[in-house]
Amino acid sequence: MTGGFTIRNIVTVALLVALVLLPLYAELAGQRFLLTLFTRIIILALAAVSLNLILGYGGMMSFGHAAYIGIGGYAVGMLAHEGIFSGFVQWPVALLASALFALVIGALSLRTRGVYFIMITLAFAQMAYYIVAGLARYGGDDGLTIYKRSQFVAPLDLSNKVQFYYVCLALLYGSIYLVWRLVNSRFGMVIQGSRSNDMRMRAIGFPTYRYKLVCFVIAGTLCGLAGALLANHTDFVSPGILYWTRSGDLIIMVVLGGMASAVGPLFGAVALLVLEEALPFVIKLLGTPFFGEAAARASEYWQIIMGPLLLLVVLFARGGIMGLLAKVRAKERA
Amino acid sequence: MSEPKNNPMLQVSHLAKRFEGIVATDDLVLNVEAGELHAVIGPNGAGKTTLIAQLSGQLAPDSGHIVFAGQDITQLPMYRRSALGLARSFQITSLFLDLSVLDNVALAVQAHAGHSFRFWRDARSEPQLREPARALLARVGLGARADQPASLLSHGEHRQLELAMALAGQPCMLLLDEPMAGLGPEESARMVEMLRALKRDLTILLVEHDMEAVFALADRITVLVYGRVVATGVPEDIRANAQVREAYLGEQEAGHV
Repeated sequence: MTGGFTIRNIVTVALLVALVLLPLYAELAGQRFLLTLFTRIIILALAAVSLNLILGYGGMMSFGHAAYIGIGGYAVGMLAHEGIFSGFVQWPVALLASALFALVIGALSLRTRGVYFIMITLAFAQMAYYIVAGLARYGGDDGLTIYKRSQFVAPLDLSNKVQFYYVCLALLYGSIYLVWRLVNSRFGMVIQGSRSNDMRMRAIGFPTYRYKLVCFVIAGTLCGLAGALLANHTDFVSPGILYWTRSGDLIIMVVLGGMASAVGPLFGAVALLVLEEALPFVIKLLGTPFFGEAAARASEYWQIIMGPLLLLVVLFARGGIMGLLAKVRAKERA
Repeated sequence: MSEPKNNPMLQVSHLAKRFEGIVATDDLVLNVEAGELHAVIGPNGAGKTTLIAQLSGQLAPDSGHIVFAGQDITQLPMYRRSALGLARSFQITSLFLDLSVLDNVALAVQAHAGHSFRFWRDARSEPQLREPARALLARVGLGARADQPASLLSHGEHRQLELAMALAGQPCMLLLDEPMAGLGPEESARMVEMLRALKRDLTILLVEHDMEAVFALADRITVLVYGRVVATGVPEDIRANAQVREAYLGEQEAGHV
């Protein structure tokens, strides 16, 4: 996010503005499904932004980030199930529960490095998965339907899809700004220094463990917020929202968008989820003239296209989408 | 060459460390006077880097005591020793390669500017971090490279940057682990000059293979062999010491001395 009219900044601003205008377009074009799709994209982008804080800036390869989505989501779902609908209760509980969970996981996992760190975060997330799957009172494996969205004071009404969209968008933009301020502050320099060379950071006098732990808790709390939003969006929570493949999706969004870029994960989330929707459609459209019915069936296997695409990004565009956009700028100047 | 003033900055007593049966440090006794440049030499595997690692807190000794500026620091973690004014440079260059040269030094300055739980203000626009960092870079001759990524510097420049970072905390003592390693003759000469300029203000423990640099700089020299102190004394005594010549200098380096 350096200043000036670089391609990267122009595209970033264009995306941010487009997301603000999206409900208008969806209404005028009569494509209301777009509003639902993009609400979901924005919520998952918020989760990816929080993961990027520890993964992209801090070099902490957490493979259990979906746990916080689950904890935030289940906090809302369980409270609703018990008849507590006030958002002023639900949301703070969701954030606090996520923060506590992050504190415990972080305190243990940050003492390890590399593969062990990945495995410990994964193990804790899977543990959370099996715990919620075993909560018979709250639906167990089948999940829990939420009959009423979080209640705030009028005129704020989360049941209104447009209002809910803008609440999510505002929280996403706020989080991106928060992360951007954080990573450039003294605190952020410690986090980035520790990603770069943790031993040296300790040698020059930083107790890096406690800084990383605070960073881990901030990221977990932000992700818990995404979970509270997701529960309200789908009016339903199930153990599926904290399964480990979800953590994998979040990592893909971060890598695809560009690590260590505050808006990168937003690009990654939009790219991944739009491709997920569009690829089956594109396969069908392009394949039908040649293969007829077979193309329709082939469209179910859109992941065959998706996999190699991700591989190409990892192999040839290390900086993800943000990295590519920065390269465009560099070429123009040359 | 000044005589020892009996004002110890660092006292190491009966330090021992073994790795699965290999004795790396063996009942080691070492005193470094305040303001002294004390060199530690010895053949490969003599335990020089292990000694530095124990002094800096990267490795815990099996037994023995380390007293720095009157305080027993044997059990203190690395960052606490650094905060007390004991700074270390690394044998293998250890920098923040994906940050800029200035960021590297600014981080070292920040390490000594109170806690870093400051979450909002842009650290790269804080003059109290950036200005001392720029001054340090100028002092080691890297002023012109401040805004480049650290990964673009040459090996010699990395050593200079290491030194700037070690100086950032205004330490009272430097632990230098082979600062001349891998330097060309010209870069070595520059490093010797830089250390000579520093040694008036600082106590320095220098581990080094470059005998020319050691004998040019050291007030006293300690010779390690298999983790044990074979001799300690002023350079002339070490040069003349028969045991040292046999154990170390005699093998390969006598021609240079």
